[in-house]
Amino acid sequence: MRNSLIILLFFAAGVLSGFYEILPGWILANDYSTWALYALMFLVGVGIGGDERSLKALAQFNFRIFMVPVTTILGTFLGVTVVYVFLSHVTLAEVLAVGAGFGYYSLSSIIISDLHSAELGVVALLANVMREIITLVMAPLFVRYFGRLAPVSSGGATSMDTTLPIISATSGKEYVITALFHGIILTISVPFLVAIILSLG
Amino acid sequence: MAAGMLAGFLLRKRKKIISLSEKLVMWAIYLLLFLLGVAIGVNDHILERFADMGLLALAITIGGVAGSILMGWLVFTFVLKPKPGNP
Repeated sequence: MRNSLIILLFFAAGVLSGFYEILPGWILANDYSTWALYALMFLVGVGIGGDERSLKALAQFNFRIFMVPVTTILGTFLGVTVVYVFLSHVTLAEVLAVGAGFGYYSLSSIIISDLHSAELGVVALLANVMREIITLVMAPLFVRYFGRLAPVSSGGATSMDTTLPIISATSGKEYVITALFHGIILTISVPFLVAIILSLG
Repeated sequence: MAAGMLAGFLLRKRKKIISLSEKLVMWAIYLLLFLLGVAIGVNDHILERFADMGLLALAITIGGVAGSILMGWLVFTFVLKPKPGNP
């Protein structure tokens, strides 16, 4: 939660400095984002590979645990497709790409602004920050009405880090391994799914 | 990302390198989102539509959260029934 606020503050600072044109022109003239993105994805990989708890969670692989991220991916796509039917001025690929952030707002918004447009990147940033915040706030309700897996599904990629404490508290400690496994698989899928969806749309 | 996971695995005993890389991730994210903000700030067209974009984002989030929770609940309640001691 604190991190998402810091990130929104940096984003807002960027909006203000762009709006009031207080930055030197060379910052706008060059496009570093693609290389910065590769560096970022490398570092995210270091984080997963270097975390022994993550490796233990991955070692728990079996069909049942693998179905948890699969249902989250399919469910998210179905859910956003239903929403798409009621929207105008957007394409299905754009809506699916934003949904494929699975709460991973930093990576998804940067990839989408790089591959598509800054505008859709902002939608991805807002939508995926909201996914994390909704999970943090609503986890107890989700458990009550939809079972103990619900905060994991709702948390998406964040179930391995930012929403893990609330999952542990509301679903129970026995869901921590499932949440870690689920979050890792979704984190790895975000760059691939977003890129594939945008290349098809 | 795969190269990073391999590097992280090989360096997993060197806690300082891992925690340095986590700090670098945070600063890379701050920088990139600041730059995304700059791109938005210089674009009047996007600024005018900011409220619409927020509503669009909220609609997509609600769809994604509801869809994933329902799908997980349906599959793990009716298809893959829970076993005792195995969530």
